[in-house]
Amino acid sequence: MEAGALEEGRPSGPRGLALRGSALSGLPDRALRLGLLALAALVLALLVFFFIELANQSSLAFSRFGVFGFTFTNNWDVSRNIYGALPLVVGTLITAGVGVLIGVPIAVASALFATELCPRRLKTLLTLLIDLLAAVPSVVYGLWGIFVLIPFLKPVQQSLADTFSFLPFVGGHVAGPSYFVAGLILAIMILPVVAAISREVITTVPAEHKEAALALGATRWEMIRMAILPYSRAGISGAAMLGLGRAIGETIAVTLVVGNAPQLGKQIFDQGYSLAAVVANEFGEAASVPIHRSALIAAGLVLFVLTLIVNAGARLYVRSGAPEGVRR
Amino acid sequence: MTMTPHSSPSESSSSGSAASNALAAEASEHAEKPAAKVEREGREIKLEAVRAFYGDLEAVKGVDLDFRANEVTAMIGPSGCGKSTLVRCINRMHEEIPGARAEGRITIDGEDLYGAEVDVVSVRRAVGMVFQKPNPFPTMSIFDNVAAGVRLSGMKGGKLKERVERSLRGAGLWEEVKDRLDMPGVGLSGGQQQRLCIARTIAVEPEVILMDEPCSALDPIATLKVEELIAELKASYTIVVVTHNMQQAARVADRTAFMLTGEMVEVAPTEQIFTNPSDERTEQYVTGKFG
Amino acid sequence: MSALSAVSPRRRRTDQAARAALGAGAAIALVPLVLVIFYLMKKGLPAWSWHFFTSDPTGSFLGDAGGIRSAIVGTLVLVAVAAAMSIPAGVGVALYLVEYGKAKRFAGLIRYLVDVMTGVPSIVFGLFVYTVLVITSIGGGFAAWKGSLALALLMLPVVTRSAEVVLNLVPDSLREAALALGAPRWRVIFRVVLPSALPGLVTGSLLAVARAAGETAPLLFTAFAVFGLSVDPSQEINSLPVQIFNDARQPRDVIVTRAWGAALTLVLLILITTVVARLATRRSRIA
Repeated sequence: MEAGALEEGRPSGPRGLALRGSALSGLPDRALRLGLLALAALVLALLVFFFIELANQSSLAFSRFGVFGFTFTNNWDVSRNIYGALPLVVGTLITAGVGVLIGVPIAVASALFATELCPRRLKTLLTLLIDLLAAVPSVVYGLWGIFVLIPFLKPVQQSLADTFSFLPFVGGHVAGPSYFVAGLILAIMILPVVAAISREVITTVPAEHKEAALALGATRWEMIRMAILPYSRAGISGAAMLGLGRAIGETIAVTLVVGNAPQLGKQIFDQGYSLAAVVANEFGEAASVPIHRSALIAAGLVLFVLTLIVNAGARLYVRSGAPEGVRR
Repeated sequence: MTMTPHSSPSESSSSGSAASNALAAEASEHAEKPAAKVEREGREIKLEAVRAFYGDLEAVKGVDLDFRANEVTAMIGPSGCGKSTLVRCINRMHEEIPGARAEGRITIDGEDLYGAEVDVVSVRRAVGMVFQKPNPFPTMSIFDNVAAGVRLSGMKGGKLKERVERSLRGAGLWEEVKDRLDMPGVGLSGGQQQRLCIARTIAVEPEVILMDEPCSALDPIATLKVEELIAELKASYTIVVVTHNMQQAARVADRTAFMLTGEMVEVAPTEQIFTNPSDERTEQYVTGKFG
Repeated sequence: MSALSAVSPRRRRTDQAARAALGAGAAIALVPLVLVIFYLMKKGLPAWSWHFFTSDPTGSFLGDAGGIRSAIVGTLVLVAVAAAMSIPAGVGVALYLVEYGKAKRFAGLIRYLVDVMTGVPSIVFGLFVYTVLVITSIGGGFAAWKGSLALALLMLPVVTRSAEVVLNLVPDSLREAALALGAPRWRVIFRVVLPSALPGLVTGSLLAVARAAGETAPLLFTAFAVFGLSVDPSQEINSLPVQIFNDARQPRDVIVTRAWGAALTLVLLILITTVVARLATRRSRIA
């Protein structure tokens, strides 16, 4: 192949090689490049547009209650059209917090077990089964939560509430649905994601550090503490934050088991509400009431911003990854 | 018991190649140095009929070998001959590889490391290892790196600091790092990192030190420093050095063992291996005919 | 004196306890899966019948509650339209990022945005479409295609991310060889890059489809739900997740049972899609 064949615009050589293409020959290439560029730009524009529209539609609620007033007032009263979203914000944080508190340690433990302790043949099966948890849709978890988990946990929650009532936030009468049950279901739902990322992070720990620890005469657990955990700390924290982000945004499972009570519950076993749940739940009746609708959209906006912040933080952690001086 | 046997005056080896002449010269030069004093009585390691497998593949095929106390023994041989595998059997790291196993007897002063009642963790404390690529723990400071193994047995406070300082001195690194013990271990140069790893290894007071190509990732000056260190360390430990660099073996080792495709071909005082080997295969290897 | 010092019992115990705890953690992680599958089958199988799959929900308070036919069909329609929207767009964005955008800042921005999109709650996507299209009544009120749009927004980052990974795996040497033969860039993409990345693209797309099939929240105020059978994208449409969501809160036992049956059906559909998705890549490795 002639060396100059790829260069456009070269004048024909002495033997009349037609090296200069016609004006149209580069067109499909340029069209494709511009087309794809336009597509990417369209996605960007779409997202910006959606965000602006959301803000627009929430402005009614924000102007009546103030942005801070809306977000931090403890009074969600539909009948009187007064909307202070604090119970929702707090409920979101409590349920997501419980979910992370229960789910992350179990996920990380299962990841450590799978990568370091598990016999080879069991490992594929174990990771497959844990990944399978992600295949169950949110609404099915909610259904299962209502009819299996809540009846089973009601006496358990009550006895926990009675036995540990000296602790803050524990005690009271248990109705069934509660922050705790919602948190438990969220823990189950974030398990596969946190476990998968943790497994990946743990697997990238270089063998040389594990060998160094073992060669010093460390037991298996000591090796994990010495070589694996410090190295993976950033990555696992990132995974936990991603799990938190997922838990915050989870709608359907939560709304089916949290009780949908627009109050600031005082105990962990009280019924509560969350930002996502209120949007899903009250939309039907809000459709024709402008201020209610605007309040719900505003709640959605608050939720959106919350997840943006948490996920941005998570990304920073996962990316900061391996410790200094170590090349990835 | 620890005197290096003085072999007959060196003559050019029969093959006459320049490289082997240089080796022979180097070996004799080192052979005439006085034996190092013994600061701490080391232990003898005996390998009897040791075989090592990766699954069905037999990488070490029945090796008998002695490592004498307070001596440096070099293991040489072409890539894949099994020298690293053999050495990893001594501190029972070989069995960490999935599907790998070892057979035979390996004893330290008569105690079988593969005995039924023996805890592999205590074997590894007694048999230290320095790896080819320096591997200080990246999240730990210099101090914490050296202290890492020692902390396992619960030592802390003043005693720990003493032990760390002693180990860093023993590795010839104390003067260079004493003012920056809190700095990350990975901030040191390659040669310093390797000496840090040596300090970490001797901090747990092993009986034996295994070194798997300890200088192959280092520049010549750092290599020299480590080799000097090895010569000092043999006063307190029994040392085994795996190396593909025959000049290095000639410089540091009292005895040298030559392996080929999983078999122990010949072991003898270093000078003899390079000037007057008994086995034809050894001669071919040290004169550079293959490998 | 022995060369081997004993390992302190405290260390031994800590090691054993820690390993037991990790094993327990792994076991606990499996318990919900077992329980969910068990109850799905126990409560869902009794709902299955010929009538269940061939009739639509009746929506009446008494008498025959009906089956879930319209919900199944609705889900298929919604997901098909969503796939048609999101897969070409997602692969297109990935193509842009891999083939044209390697060092450009704009591409970095897009990649970051796609990353951000993966963390957006699905209900927010529903709200997006609701505020822009439903309130304003562009193209009618609730409609299936609007629900599909919300699902497509959800699927887009999933498709793009997996497509980007797969396209990056196509070795540069392949591209260079084709370019050196004089082929224009667009030909290289369509004749060389895409075909060799195809199995991975199929897997990523099917996994996105499986995810979208289970989503409820984006549909609640875009596609809404009707009981009757419909395949018209411009009208309201039923769907399995929404059907389950509504049935779960009904007092009648028959309807709750129907919810379980629908849940089992949905999970089965998702599992089949996931298995097929993974087979697509495995096949290509053997080939």
